[in-house]
Amino acid sequence: MASSPEVSISPGEAITTWKNWFSTHWTILKICLEERLVYRGDFALGTLMRFLPIVTQIFLWSAVFSTLPSTNQNGEAANIQGYTYHQFVAYYLLTMISRAFSSMPGLASGIAKDIREGAVNKYLIQPIDMMGFLFLNRVAHKLVYYLMAAAPFALVFFLCRDFFSGWPPTETLLLFFLSLIFAFLLGFLIEATIGLIGFWFLEVGSLLFIYMLLNFFFSGHMFPIDMLPGFWRTLVELIPLHYLAYFPAAVFLGQIEGDALYRALFIEACWIIALLFINRIAFYYGVRRYSGYGG
Amino acid sequence: MAAIEIENLTKTYRVYRKREGLWESVRGLLHREYRDVHAVNGIDLTVEKGEFVAFLGPNGAGKTTTLKLLSGVLTPTSGKAEVLGFVPWQRKNEYRRRFALVMGQKNQLWWDLPAQESFRLHQQIYHIDPTEYEKTLKELASLLKVQKLLGQPVRELSLGERMKMELMAALLHSPEVLFLDEPTIGLDVVAQHDIQNFLREYQERQETTILLTSHYMKDVAALCKRVVVVSGGNIVYDGSLNGIIDRFSLHKVISLQFAEDQLPGDLSRFGDVLEIQPPKAKICVERAQVPYVLNRVLAEQSVEDVSVEDRPLEEVIAQMFADTTEEHRPNQLTEEPTEF
Repeated sequence: MASSPEVSISPGEAITTWKNWFSTHWTILKICLEERLVYRGDFALGTLMRFLPIVTQIFLWSAVFSTLPSTNQNGEAANIQGYTYHQFVAYYLLTMISRAFSSMPGLASGIAKDIREGAVNKYLIQPIDMMGFLFLNRVAHKLVYYLMAAAPFALVFFLCRDFFSGWPPTETLLLFFLSLIFAFLLGFLIEATIGLIGFWFLEVGSLLFIYMLLNFFFSGHMFPIDMLPGFWRTLVELIPLHYLAYFPAAVFLGQIEGDALYRALFIEACWIIALLFINRIAFYYGVRRYSGYGG
Repeated sequence: MAAIEIENLTKTYRVYRKREGLWESVRGLLHREYRDVHAVNGIDLTVEKGEFVAFLGPNGAGKTTTLKLLSGVLTPTSGKAEVLGFVPWQRKNEYRRRFALVMGQKNQLWWDLPAQESFRLHQQIYHIDPTEYEKTLKELASLLKVQKLLGQPVRELSLGERMKMELMAALLHSPEVLFLDEPTIGLDVVAQHDIQNFLREYQERQETTILLTSHYMKDVAALCKRVVVVSGGNIVYDGSLNGIIDRFSLHKVISLQFAEDQLPGDLSRFGDVLEIQPPKAKICVERAQVPYVLNRVLAEQSVEDVSVEDRPLEEVIAQMFADTTEEHRPNQLTEEPTEF
């Protein structure tokens, strides 16, 4: 029989409810993991390809720096906007890690496709939350990716160890890890919300392209954003994209410290909460517009 | 108590009308014409618990839209509906755990995983008791004869096998109400027959309330006592399958076999001659005229065998669809500029 929400819940029932909740989500995660592991060939190849850009970056910056005198007039090591050759390479290696957390290949386009082709029906009929499900699916996606990529990543960092000036302190390391988790949440929410725009426009390809473009420049994927001149830098810091690549790398390299670091993390948390609300609202109204296409 | 109550339910879609050609596509960016399509146009329907009801109608009649409204996928434009006392489009979890929708053209299972993984997920999200789950799973698998296929990735199953798995997934939580949207579409005769048999047995055992849409009259004839015919978003008939013939078929078919090589005279004076293959002939005669025609033919000629039959159900229904679609063809055109 249907239990009405007014009925008060005893502590025992509350525990059962939580147990149910946990075991449901655990099962979803496990099944998503199994599904991801089906595509291990594709994954292995994808992981390898991710290391190609970093090689070109290393060559590019070594070529740029080879044209500069090895020390400037003040006797400092050659640098561009405060970044030495080694710092550049270390920065790019670290953004690779940030992006391994924050990039969400196929998320927005997948949601839009589900809307266009009517696959959203499944989430509306079954007692399951679409966004929660996609989130767990993405967590599984990422876990499998890290499992596959851990060894190659470790190898690359080991080979490139000379570009780093040692491990940062434990606190910084912990905050770096937190910033990566936040980057994952932020990346998920931004792309998932773009995908939900599909309820209104059906096709989000060009929107996604614009997002990718902005992401490429303003996340710090292309260059460290603290290289930007004053006005642009303020602007870029106002939008949350820099948390997706630049910020974790800057935390690791000790470029943001103390109060400034905690403040930045707090602002990032606010963005995550705000986007969560926007996402829920978009889903709520989107479903009302939905026409259950096909069939 | 009624399981499903629908009152004046309406769903209107606004569709963008594009004229042909590239220039019109460009024009469409600035100025769009919309057409209102009344997919469901004020339907009233009550279905009692344990009934097995067929929804018939031509493509685009509003059958699937009705099922989508009742399963909460769509929000109606106006009107009321209650299923098991719930308003479907509020999508309460309590409601979602008590019904199921199976669409013949949609896949709800995980494509790359064996069906049993999807089933395990269903056990969790529908909160099915583990022992109950094992029992139901075994029962369904043996009824559908798919025990050996449970561990095979869904993408490797044939269409018929996949449909059986879809049905299993939908029935694991023993829904009280089941919506079936063309469950036998594209299946071969054997698989169709299997699914019909399964549905009949399952429904008798569980007394599930089932709403079925299908284009195969055999499905309907085998399963449903009550038939609701929808056309142009309206219900045009609600009753038994045989009642359709009584009400919509004004003709009967008389088959005659004449003695030896006796050629029948001019049969067309009695009605439409459907075929002549001496010594046999078939004529289609108005129902009221049947006794008169039989009298005349038997008196005038030596007939060895005679039979009077209803026209085939498919033909009657096709005729009925053709008539009702013409009456209800919606064509309201509203023209509005879109702002940019």
